[in-house]
Amino acid sequence: MASTDIHLHDQLGHDHHDDHHHDHHETFLTKYIFSQDHKMIARQFLITGILWAFIGVLFSVLFRLQLGWPNETFPILETLLGAWAEGGKLSPQFYYALVTMHGTIMVFFVLTAGLSGTFSNLLIPLQIGARDMASPFINMLSYWFFLLAGIIMAISLFIQTGPAAGGWTAYPPLSALGQSNLGSQLGMTLWLLSMTMFVVSSLMGGLNYIATVLNMRTKGMTMFRMPLTIWAFFFTAVLGVLSFPVLLSGCILLMFDRSLGTSFYLSDIYIGGEVLTNGAGQMIEGGSAILFQHLFWFLGHPEVYIVILPAMGMVSEVLATNSRKPIFGYHAMVYSIMAITIIAFLVWAHHMFISGMNPFVGSIFVFFTLLIAIPSAIKVFNWITTLWRGSIRFTTATLFSIGFVSLFISGGLTGLFLGNAALDIPLHDTYFVIAHFHIVMGLAAGFGLFAGVYHWYPKLFNGRMMNESLGVMHFWITFIGSYFIFWPMHYLGMTGVPRRYYEFSQFETFNKYDDLNMLISTAAILVFFAQFLFVINFFYSITKGKRMPASLNPWQGTTMEWTTPMEPGHGNWVGKIPEVYRWPYDYEVDGHGFIPQTVSDEQLKQLSKTNVHHS
Amino acid sequence: MGTTTIGIICIILVLIILFQIAKASELTSIIKGEEEDQNVTADQLVGERGSPGEHQGNGNAIMSLIFVIGFLVLTVWSAWYYRGLYLPEPSSVHGMWIRTMFFWTMVATVPIFLITNFVLFYFAYKYRARKGHKAYHYAENNRLEVVWTVIPAIVMVLLVFEGMRSWLKITAPAPEEAIVIEATAQQFNWTLRYSGADNDLGKKSVKYIDGENTLGQNWTDKPNYDDFTADTLFLPIGRPVQIKINSIDVLHSFYLPHFRVKMDAVPGIPTQFWFIPTKTTEDLRKMEDNPNFNYELACAELCGQAHFNMRKPVYVGTEAEYNAWLKRQKPTIEKLGGNEYLKKFEHKLEEIKKKELEHKLDHHHGHGDDGHHADKKEIKSKDLARL
Repeated sequence: MASTDIHLHDQLGHDHHDDHHHDHHETFLTKYIFSQDHKMIARQFLITGILWAFIGVLFSVLFRLQLGWPNETFPILETLLGAWAEGGKLSPQFYYALVTMHGTIMVFFVLTAGLSGTFSNLLIPLQIGARDMASPFINMLSYWFFLLAGIIMAISLFIQTGPAAGGWTAYPPLSALGQSNLGSQLGMTLWLLSMTMFVVSSLMGGLNYIATVLNMRTKGMTMFRMPLTIWAFFFTAVLGVLSFPVLLSGCILLMFDRSLGTSFYLSDIYIGGEVLTNGAGQMIEGGSAILFQHLFWFLGHPEVYIVILPAMGMVSEVLATNSRKPIFGYHAMVYSIMAITIIAFLVWAHHMFISGMNPFVGSIFVFFTLLIAIPSAIKVFNWITTLWRGSIRFTTATLFSIGFVSLFISGGLTGLFLGNAALDIPLHDTYFVIAHFHIVMGLAAGFGLFAGVYHWYPKLFNGRMMNESLGVMHFWITFIGSYFIFWPMHYLGMTGVPRRYYEFSQFETFNKYDDLNMLISTAAILVFFAQFLFVINFFYSITKGKRMPASLNPWQGTTMEWTTPMEPGHGNWVGKIPEVYRWPYDYEVDGHGFIPQTVSDEQLKQLSKTNVHHS
Repeated sequence: MGTTTIGIICIILVLIILFQIAKASELTSIIKGEEEDQNVTADQLVGERGSPGEHQGNGNAIMSLIFVIGFLVLTVWSAWYYRGLYLPEPSSVHGMWIRTMFFWTMVATVPIFLITNFVLFYFAYKYRARKGHKAYHYAENNRLEVVWTVIPAIVMVLLVFEGMRSWLKITAPAPEEAIVIEATAQQFNWTLRYSGADNDLGKKSVKYIDGENTLGQNWTDKPNYDDFTADTLFLPIGRPVQIKINSIDVLHSFYLPHFRVKMDAVPGIPTQFWFIPTKTTEDLRKMEDNPNFNYELACAELCGQAHFNMRKPVYVGTEAEYNAWLKRQKPTIEKLGGNEYLKKFEHKLEEIKKKELEHKLDHHHGHGDDGHHADKKEIKSKDLARL
């Protein structure tokens, strides 16, 4: 009995001065810059991700100005961008550069590194009871390669020929031939280099996550006692490790085509007034531009699950905690993540129904694409049932999680239109696609990210919490505003309006939606500025935020991260790592409000005896 | 510039005000004593206490309910409101199949969209944390899981079945009698080549392209003689048309929104799409009540900085109109100068051959080159005389 008490006090009683017990070994450089502590690396990923999100979203606001008010000029643009916006109007070249950079930055730097990088790093060791990652050093390298990728991409924004401008998908021959596009010159070289660094970063991170989850769980933490967050991060890492190398090979072949005169993707091309020849003067033939699309989408589609799975995991956790209920159908949730992971590898060519690929191949991909909707549907029903008869606490994280489910439903359903090859013919490359993937992938994953930040902020920044009132305002403006941005795009798509058009004046078919385009752009600007509510809250709270309560468990969660001290040092737990005795969803069970995973049945019995008043 | 500055200042002011309000509400919550008790006792480790964020509970719960009602009403209403701007009924046979599929997919998805969104926010409202209420521990129900696995599965099977059926019909080989037209894409325009009386497109290759021979037609290939290019994609109503699509530089996509036709143009890999137009341009002018209506051909794959300008007019006429139009068209070879041009082309061929031979000797390439069989044929002027 005495030992139990001591054990409990280990978890509860540590003031934060205890937790710095080995900080004196650390210099500023090792603590903040070249840190090998997974929590610091998570912070690095998050703050770099927020920085990139600001740039990426700002770019979308810039090109939304062109789309919303194609006949206006904005002198501020010329002030900011100089020759790229002469007379206050974006040049078409720079418009496409902005579109390309927006996509690349948001998908890779923000939603992959910023989301999965941050929370896999933060939560895997904390929630499975490990002192750090399997290899803290490789983990640190993973961040530095990500930063390097970002720096290279940032440099490409300032070169004379401008950044890559062939779309984030970088389809050759446009991306292969400098003659075809200014952005395909130095800008594209830097893009490919940056992607290469990014793949390296993501592989280092992913392998580490897998190794850590498989090998470093604390005593008692069986696989089926892991919170859904960990399952999600685990399968995200599996997806990344198996698919990112394929993108890398695609990129390397593209580099060869660009500079070594190979023709993996090129064939029968006449450009810039002459036939395209290799160094030996022979006409380039025999390559397949479609091959690149296969390689790209073999990553590209798993990539959307790489982006959404971590969000799903965190949303599951936040909804369960704040409904005070177990996540409904824990096993079904795990198996559906597993099913999504497997099927995710078999759907890539649904991006290519009308690429010239054999139509029969297309029909197989229709089957798998609609198949993946089933595990997705199961997850939605389980989230909704988790809310049913709960006692829902409307924290900001809860709101963003509910918002996530709504967005995932709204955006997921339109996937049933696009995934069906015949229906994809009119909808492909229209605003319907933009609406679909921004809602289901961009916004939903973004909402997962916000939910994660608001919920786990105390674990990110020394036990401080973000301001909930600002958070609630941030949520409602972002949520309603985002639907105003992307919902109307379905209507543009149903009119056949193609994406990636600088303006529509040439086509009377597409030239009907001035009012909606203006509405969309206005909403986009509003939502952009609303994000400052988050940014201010985020940076203010790092030093000035309210400390979390002395229970060190502000949301009364059951998972292990809430058993660490206020300011956990490198190693997370002082003394022994707690053992795990139960699954992570014991809410409102046997008369207890919640039972942390680290509380054993004996401890529970003793507590019940000593606390008779307990309801 | 002035208005921009004022706008930015206003936004910053609003942000500051919101921030101050938020800080104030945090302070009042502390004063009201909603702040957590700082002394932790062991029972709090497993016990239940006042819920965090409870002070916002009711507001957010009610807001959820208002949101979902507003959201669902607005989505349904706006979809109805903008219906006049959607593409009109398809002007092709397969377009109508796609329309039917769109309808059934709507039938499958719209109720799910409305119900799940509503239930989600309604539950959030109904089961908001209240004093004296406890959550109901309900972890698993396999029967429910099976139900909501099987029902979506059945719906998916139906959609897949219907989708594959249409898709395989749409992408089936074109009928023999289809009019063959070629669309060649390049930065930043389309060239439309009709196959002429023989309904057979002559061979071409980018290596023959020059200022005159813009498509790189190989004039030793006789089917080229009656081919002609046109500024408008002119189609007769009710007859199958097969568009052979290709590109000479980067990717493009052949896009006819009104006909529900879209297919990428890929350099080196010929693609095709066939369809049957069912409404003339005149029909659409009446239907749309717009005397200036025109079908349009657009590019749907990002192809460079003038991607948004790759327009060609499309006209669907009656059979008689089409025949009259055909008569007015002149074969490309005539425009180029007939026999005289053919001689010039022969000369060009020899030059190309010579160049290639030089390269072969330079690089000791011994293997044969299939692309050159056509070159070996000689052009006989009597071939042209048949025209």
